[in-house]
Amino acid sequence: MIKSYKLRRNLSNALVYTILAIMGLIWISPLVWMVLHSLRAEGGSAVPYLMPETFSFKNYIELFTDTSLLNFPRWFLNTFVVACFSCVISTLSVLMVSYSFSRLRFKARKPLINIGMIIGMFPGFMTMIAIYYLLKAMGLTQTLPALVICYSAGAGIGFQISKGFFDTIPRALDEAATIDGATKNQIFWKIILPMSKPIVVYTVLTSFIGPWTDFILVRIIMGDARDNYTVSVGLQLMVSQQYISKYFTRFLAGSTVVAIPITLLFLKMQNYYVEGVTAGGVKG
Amino acid sequence: MKYIDYVQLNPFQRAGYKIKNFFVNLPKNIGKFFCMIGRFFKMLILGIAHSFANYGKRFAKGDWATKVSYLIMGTGNFSKGQYIKGLLFLLIEAAYAAFLIFFGITYIAKFGTLGTEHGGFEWVNGIPTHVDGDNSMLILLYGVVTIVVTIIFLTFYIINTKSAYKVCQLKREGKHIPTFKEEMKEYLDEKFHITLLSIPTLLIGIFTILPLIFMILIAFTNYRPPHLPPNSLFTWTGLQTFGEVFSSKGGASMGHTFLVLTEWTIIWAVFATFLNYIMGMIVALMINKKGIKLKALWRTLFVITIAVPQFVTLLVMNQMLQLNTGAINVLLQNLGFQQIDFINSSALTARITVIVINLWVGIPYTILITSGILMNIPADLYESATIDGAGPFKSFMKITLPYMLFVTTPYLITTFINNINNFNVIYLLTNGSPTHESLYQAGYTDLLVTWLFKLTMNSQDYNYAAAIGILVFIVCASLSLITFNLTKSAKDEEAFS
Repeated sequence: MIKSYKLRRNLSNALVYTILAIMGLIWISPLVWMVLHSLRAEGGSAVPYLMPETFSFKNYIELFTDTSLLNFPRWFLNTFVVACFSCVISTLSVLMVSYSFSRLRFKARKPLINIGMIIGMFPGFMTMIAIYYLLKAMGLTQTLPALVICYSAGAGIGFQISKGFFDTIPRALDEAATIDGATKNQIFWKIILPMSKPIVVYTVLTSFIGPWTDFILVRIIMGDARDNYTVSVGLQLMVSQQYISKYFTRFLAGSTVVAIPITLLFLKMQNYYVEGVTAGGVKG
Repeated sequence: MKYIDYVQLNPFQRAGYKIKNFFVNLPKNIGKFFCMIGRFFKMLILGIAHSFANYGKRFAKGDWATKVSYLIMGTGNFSKGQYIKGLLFLLIEAAYAAFLIFFGITYIAKFGTLGTEHGGFEWVNGIPTHVDGDNSMLILLYGVVTIVVTIIFLTFYIINTKSAYKVCQLKREGKHIPTFKEEMKEYLDEKFHITLLSIPTLLIGIFTILPLIFMILIAFTNYRPPHLPPNSLFTWTGLQTFGEVFSSKGGASMGHTFLVLTEWTIIWAVFATFLNYIMGMIVALMINKKGIKLKALWRTLFVITIAVPQFVTLLVMNQMLQLNTGAINVLLQNLGFQQIDFINSSALTARITVIVINLWVGIPYTILITSGILMNIPADLYESATIDGAGPFKSFMKITLPYMLFVTTPYLITTFINNINNFNVIYLLTNGSPTHESLYQAGYTDLLVTWLFKLTMNSQDYNYAAAIGILVFIVCASLSLITFNLTKSAKDEEAFS
């Protein structure tokens, strides 16, 4: 009896291992393919075979040195600068908005929360044409500040998740601090923020990654000002009809270069990410 | 039905009961919804009437300075020694007046017609010269800007009258009139919400709400070829755009396209949400199964694919699906199969491809999010189920799924709405292909949002795009309203009602 139970358990474990191994292979293979072909030495275009014949770092070196036509290092720097600025601004505004909606009581609170939720339901880039002309009126189109504005100005609308997190912090803490003579300002900076590390990290993480992955706004705002592109549009340009035959392997190299830092960042912070998403989106 | 009856039902009967209940209660709920809207408008009108009454009362009861500040802002505060505040009010008024004279008035005046002067080439003294006409787009945009600025100004104006009346009252009662410094201090404590919210609200107002109002208004104009500024004018057309979106005239009609794409958007959202959800949960359960070693490794293997930016993986995937050179087709050929044109051959192939690729994108997310919650399900539930003879499938259906559905409903709703608006996957993978002559500016895998994007970028049918945006909004909003009601009624059931 015991033996058969053991056997059954081993069998089912073996089955699970097999399924996991197959699925893991499927999931990881596109990334492996990407890295392998980014190291391919022969030719720049796509090839009809799976394993590259020769390997070298040529594509990576050319990506960063041959900047005459497509300036990848410049794009990388652009994205980094935009990501840093918009990360700071959006984190601050998200935290400010969600703190006021969660901890402070005032007359317009409920209506404002509802308005925020309603606005959040419109398809995001329905407004891009209007934003483009507004930025044009301000003389900001084809510049990097325009991107920072686009990524961070509306960030306050995404207050729900961090509001959900703030809601879980006991109100007794605020009351105790108020009795001790702390103002609301001091409570925010000295009590709530230090207690909210997961949600702060989550907000920083998502708003930093945002500019690396968006390409719609960049294409509309930058038009043909290629020097001000970010990596996502730049990489997309590399696989367009015009360039793909020469730049395909460099595209893969560029993708790898972008993916590595973000992957490391994400893997390090994934627990905060989970806490952030589940704080606002799950009732438990 | 009593609670005791309800808990004895199996999950399908429960779902059936909930769905039946939902439809039985639908008329009542719709009624409630309209009552709610009615109440909202009643409150709004009452509130406006109330503030007007107060506005008049403050004027009647205030002293001369209060009365003057109804015309020259800040006088009330200035006369009571609040110099800085008074000056600030005056500055706001001056700035608004300047804005209106030098900028706003010209656009507001033309707002009703959206311009009448045609631009273009005219013969002046026998020479063709370019004459600037009215630009309907700019009139509409700056008109909206002017209206928003006016609303902001009116808010300050009301604050000004209130503040003037308040200091007047304080003076009469012989109380201390707060200095500027004291008032500023209040903004860090009692009025801290104003300090915190003002800048984000301003930013959201300019870069989200204002463009949104503009685009909503566009839906009620004929802003599409041949009415494109700066060379021709467009104008208000009421609900005509919506009529055109639903009309089925002509070869590639809007109405037909709209129906096809709406149907596909809903199918897509259902598959992308629930297939990912259930399969992701199964994989998460397998990873967390007792006796499986290297849990961290398996988890990381899947999570890495989230960490790589989505546009990278999707562009790579797109390359892998290509005919002749794509890795998947090469693999198929090496294994002795025929190559498949995943994207361009037929609607069904392309749609299945997109859904399958989206499994690749979405399952890791579910693993990441649900792992923690799955561990929270008490292990003795499973143990007693095993003792009672339930297999893994049965305990998944009877224990895991109901528990998870209960806990993650809000997450599911947001995921569903995000999938309706899932731009990246479609745009980067297929860009809507395969196209068909019966579809207007769209292909069979286009979602409503990607169609919206194409209508703006490719064919400049701005009014159609705006109308579709509004329709998508209505769908999303009513979906969340319905699910919200459903979950609330589910909660009530659990509470022995």
